[in-house]
Amino acid sequence: MKRLSIQKIALALAAPVAAAIVSLVVSSVAVLASHKSPMLAYKTMWEFGTQGGSLMEALNSATPYYIAAIAIAVTFQAGLFNIGVEGQLRLGALFSAYIGAMFTLPPVLHVLAVFIVAMTIGGIWASIAAYLKVKRGVNEVISTIMLNSLAVGMTSFLFAKYFAVITEGSNNMTTKELPTTAWFPDLVPLLTKLGLPEIQGASVNGMLVIAIALGFIFWFVVNRTRFGFELRASGANPIAARVSGVNSKKMTVVALVISGAIAGLSGLPAVLGETHAYNMGFRSGIGFSAIAVALLGRNSAGGMAFSALLFGFLEVSSRALELIDIAPETYVIMQGSILLSSVIAYEVVRRFKLTLQSKELAKAVSA
Amino acid sequence: MKNKGTKLLLNATYLLLLLSIIRVITGATDLTSVGTASAALLLSVPIVLAGLGGLFSERAGVVNIGLEGMMILGAWAGGFIGSQHGPWLGLVAAVIFGAVGALLHAIATISFGVDHVVSGVAINIMAAGLVRYLSTILYQGGSWPGPSQSPDIKEIPLNGLPVLSGGHFFGWQSPDILTPIAEKHWFFISDLVGIIRGITGNLSYVTLVAMLFVPLAFWVLWKTSFGLRLRSAGEAPVAAESLGVNVYAMKYAGVLISGGLAGLGGGFLAIVAANHYQENQVAGRGYIGLAALLFGNYRPGGILAGAALFGFADALQLRDSQAIHALILLIVAIMAYLVYRDIKKGKMLSGVISFVMGAALLWFYFAVDELPGQLVSMTPYIATLLVMSLASQRLRMPAADGMPYRRGGLR
Repeated sequence: MKRLSIQKIALALAAPVAAAIVSLVVSSVAVLASHKSPMLAYKTMWEFGTQGGSLMEALNSATPYYIAAIAIAVTFQAGLFNIGVEGQLRLGALFSAYIGAMFTLPPVLHVLAVFIVAMTIGGIWASIAAYLKVKRGVNEVISTIMLNSLAVGMTSFLFAKYFAVITEGSNNMTTKELPTTAWFPDLVPLLTKLGLPEIQGASVNGMLVIAIALGFIFWFVVNRTRFGFELRASGANPIAARVSGVNSKKMTVVALVISGAIAGLSGLPAVLGETHAYNMGFRSGIGFSAIAVALLGRNSAGGMAFSALLFGFLEVSSRALELIDIAPETYVIMQGSILLSSVIAYEVVRRFKLTLQSKELAKAVSA
Repeated sequence: MKNKGTKLLLNATYLLLLLSIIRVITGATDLTSVGTASAALLLSVPIVLAGLGGLFSERAGVVNIGLEGMMILGAWAGGFIGSQHGPWLGLVAAVIFGAVGALLHAIATISFGVDHVVSGVAINIMAAGLVRYLSTILYQGGSWPGPSQSPDIKEIPLNGLPVLSGGHFFGWQSPDILTPIAEKHWFFISDLVGIIRGITGNLSYVTLVAMLFVPLAFWVLWKTSFGLRLRSAGEAPVAAESLGVNVYAMKYAGVLISGGLAGLGGGFLAIVAANHYQENQVAGRGYIGLAALLFGNYRPGGILAGAALFGFADALQLRDSQAIHALILLIVAIMAYLVYRDIKKGKMLSGVISFVMGAALLWFYFAVDELPGQLVSMTPYIATLLVMSLASQRLRMPAADGMPYRRGGLR
């Protein structure tokens, strides 16, 4: 029995360790290809990345990834794949910045109102894909990809034509700044009160709290409620789910709309916590990186938290590579190779486990 | 068979008639001009190649969302090798790079049973990152003009049909009879001639070869024993294996061919459609190729039709936003047809919905004089969504498409 548990641990660790090794090898080759030392690169990254300020930045960049990854994971649980997070979050961010600046409310209420706007817009946009899937049989992967392109076109059109205010003497177009009641407070003052050493110019986006809360809610709803069970059932085996009374069409719609609503939120750390408006510099590609985060984290709340942090860390720490003349884009290679090799490694381990089980079963039966 | 052919010809004639009526009404002469037809062909080619790539892969039972990534790899290789060693070697490199991306997809999905969509998306993310990294290194090394742009690639010469479309052969420049007729703007005749001139003149040789791939793909998949085996791997792998077909090999072959074609499509973008590689050059064309594949119901002819549609929409939005405006009338006409069909079938509700949408579009047509650029650039994606929502229900995908297969029946 004791040997078995060691085996279990080994199996659980095998996939991530294998993936880490493969991606280290791949990125070392990439660095070697530019005639630089991989060891030096890793050392530089580690030293820069583990400084307090860098860690906070990594946290900030992980926050939207994590929220968006949860959005994707909701659909994964239902056997769907919402690739359209990028579009949903862009539209959500634009509209919430625009509408949020039109009125003032008491502090907390205002933030809540902006949340509702972002979630509504994201949900509505995702519901197009849901409608097409349920009523017209269009694969949601294709439709959300197309909706992404549409959303990008629409945001740039609406932003440039209607939503942006042009300030005198500035080339940067931006929406009207949100009133301070809609700003999400930074966590640094709180952290210093808790005894963390002060760092010059550091900031921790307050939406981190929302991200963590969402992670808990996601975990609880998926694993501990009837709704979560039905969601997973309709994903795992639609026919069996239908036979046992789960309306899988309804589940499809609900999953996609919830996913879109959460995706809408993932644009808010930037809008509410950093720029306090939607401007031309709005970071693109969060929705796509989040797909990688969700896949790497295997759609579990904890796993995605880890992979979001990892992605944030790699992104921030690789900036130091510029100092030693290595392209900072190396981190893209690291992320990509970790993703692909972990996806494969988990599948290999799963198959190995199955073989082990069937062998054990055969032994038990023949004995 | 003959019946089907005449029906197709008849439908094409109706469509063209409709287009020329709209052209006359709106005066948007670019709707059927030589330039538009020529641009539409040029823009269809990468989509055709991606669609055919998807065809080989999905007929072998492997869903290939990774087409986009493979096209990205192909485009980059086309720019990298093409600018150094000439366009033809660039195209070869594009095929090879696309196939390398496909090999990764094949290993992940076929050998290790990873979910096909997951692996495909991972490959797309990885391909985009890899080429960005490589481009940055080349730029830092001083051989590229920018971190997102390759040096220029030598042009591949163009040619056309002799006599009719001004082709040139062995130093002889033939006359160009069709262009003057197309420019007369005669009802129907000029439209027809304009389109013919557009797709037969000033062609790149690569375009010609790529278009020949359409009948070739049909022949390979439906008239050879290799094609039968490949399709059997996508329809009923267990039965195929029991008859001695090496299902793994067939799937590998399908995915590798798929990557080669997608890579060529990417290379085409860099080498023929432009004259250098640029970041985001592919811009979702792999996905649109996939949509063309679905629209074409997993058949080469259908893929061609789908790609032509997207190419046409794309060409119009690049050339002339007035023509896109005129195109709204075409959609209104299609809506009118849908209303007629629904009411004839007694489906009142959907008939009313179509009617309302058509009326709204008609109002939009008269309310807006010209569409703004950002909206016009969305045309191909809207076309994709519209077409998919109309066509999806009659699709029949290969029976075992997307399912992991493992020899011996284990999962």
